[in-house]
Amino acid sequence: MADVVVTGIGAVTPLGIGATVLHERWAAGIVGIADGEGRCREFNATEHLSVKEARRADRFTQLALVASDEALADAGWSEELPYDATEIGSIIGTGIGGIGTIEANDALLAANGPKGVSPLAVPLMMGNAAAAAVSMRHGLRGECFGTMSACSSGADAIGTAMRAIRYGSAKAMVTGGAEAALTPLSKAAFGALDALSTSGISRPFDARRDGFVMGEGAGILVLEDGEAARARGARVLAVMRGYGGTADAHHLTAPQPSGEGAATAITRALADAGVSAEDVVYVNAHGTSTQLNDRAETLALKAALGAHAAEIPVSSTKSAIGHLLGAAGAVEAVATILALRARLIPPTLGWEERDPDLDLDYVPERARELALRDGQRAIAISNSFGFGGHNSVLCLEAK
Amino acid sequence: MAAEPAQIEKVITDSLISFGANAEEINRDAELTALDIDSLDLAELSQIIEEQFGVELTSSDVAEINTVGDAIDLVAERA
Repeated sequence: MADVVVTGIGAVTPLGIGATVLHERWAAGIVGIADGEGRCREFNATEHLSVKEARRADRFTQLALVASDEALADAGWSEELPYDATEIGSIIGTGIGGIGTIEANDALLAANGPKGVSPLAVPLMMGNAAAAAVSMRHGLRGECFGTMSACSSGADAIGTAMRAIRYGSAKAMVTGGAEAALTPLSKAAFGALDALSTSGISRPFDARRDGFVMGEGAGILVLEDGEAARARGARVLAVMRGYGGTADAHHLTAPQPSGEGAATAITRALADAGVSAEDVVYVNAHGTSTQLNDRAETLALKAALGAHAAEIPVSSTKSAIGHLLGAAGAVEAVATILALRARLIPPTLGWEERDPDLDLDYVPERARELALRDGQRAIAISNSFGFGGHNSVLCLEAK
Repeated sequence: MAAEPAQIEKVITDSLISFGANAEEINRDAELTALDIDSLDLAELSQIIEEQFGVELTSSDVAEINTVGDAIDLVAERA
């Protein structure tokens, strides 16, 4: 079975344009959330895309395109693709898809009738639009589709892409997640579910956590067959070690309170990676800042990692950028790789007050150096859970 | 509803520019494919033309349009 390596990463997040910017600003304690939402305020599509490209893409696709440009450049693919185009695929997740396009066209329908609806409505709103646009922009002709598993979509895309390379159906994959759902309907709908923070503060695992803060963005990774990457002299950022997925089969939105399904997903990811709980040196948590998730996730980590759970630093990227829904798993995989490579664990920002039931090390206040013992490898897991009961866990090792 | 050819030309030119075509390359003889105008753009253009001039263009009408001039003439003929 092929080993799978990460050779390029890209991100657009509320902390700015670029993967390195995400790591550096998060580690420095900067929060990208303003007015209760994590908007990519530095992102202006036409600075990166032509007029035609920008108007042919919903914002979630625009974010994916710009992150993909960064990831392909990072992988050294800017001049030409390193493999036959039919051996390079694109799998990109989104939780909601082009909801801004849907809302705009619904307004046109109401105002002008059916003839007022744009011919671009369908190609912009479809959930596979980001995967399709990335394949078109870079000429990728391998397998190409979107994944949809709410807030696990990005992680599921990456796990599925990893498997495609292992299976031998692709030499490389451009994969990740994108979301741009800071729209009136979407915000109202999440608000109606009582899932959003009323304080507008994302403070995962803190006793005062009161819901998630919605964000937008995209994270893209270039995965390659390890042997092929080494043969072309590629710089390897990380190794995709494993992927595990389960469903709670419990409730449409609430996690199983014991975190059992999530624990099984973690166990499976570790088994797939061929590593034990003791090998994990960092957990990039799903950590949404909701009462239910953060409790269930803590229980899941303890169930899956045993006594070792208490010794592992656990931090949540959502403390800095909010919850990027279907992009979250991908952006957090990018953040995990950079944390491992820098040997610097960014903190769970805003964590100040301990919840008596949440007793792990959530890396409060400031970034912490990751000290590895002799021979110890930089292995982490990144958790993603989604409405619908989806549990998806990636296991990564950085060089 | 009579429309002046100049008015039709302006609406079509402005539409093509909004779709991303280079304004400097737009003239009567310019081929739509050379302006990177594709079938989705023509679907949008048809919608604008119907709204502005009340001229309904079928997909077979649109298939006959090769140049900017073809589009202007077709609309002028029907308007």
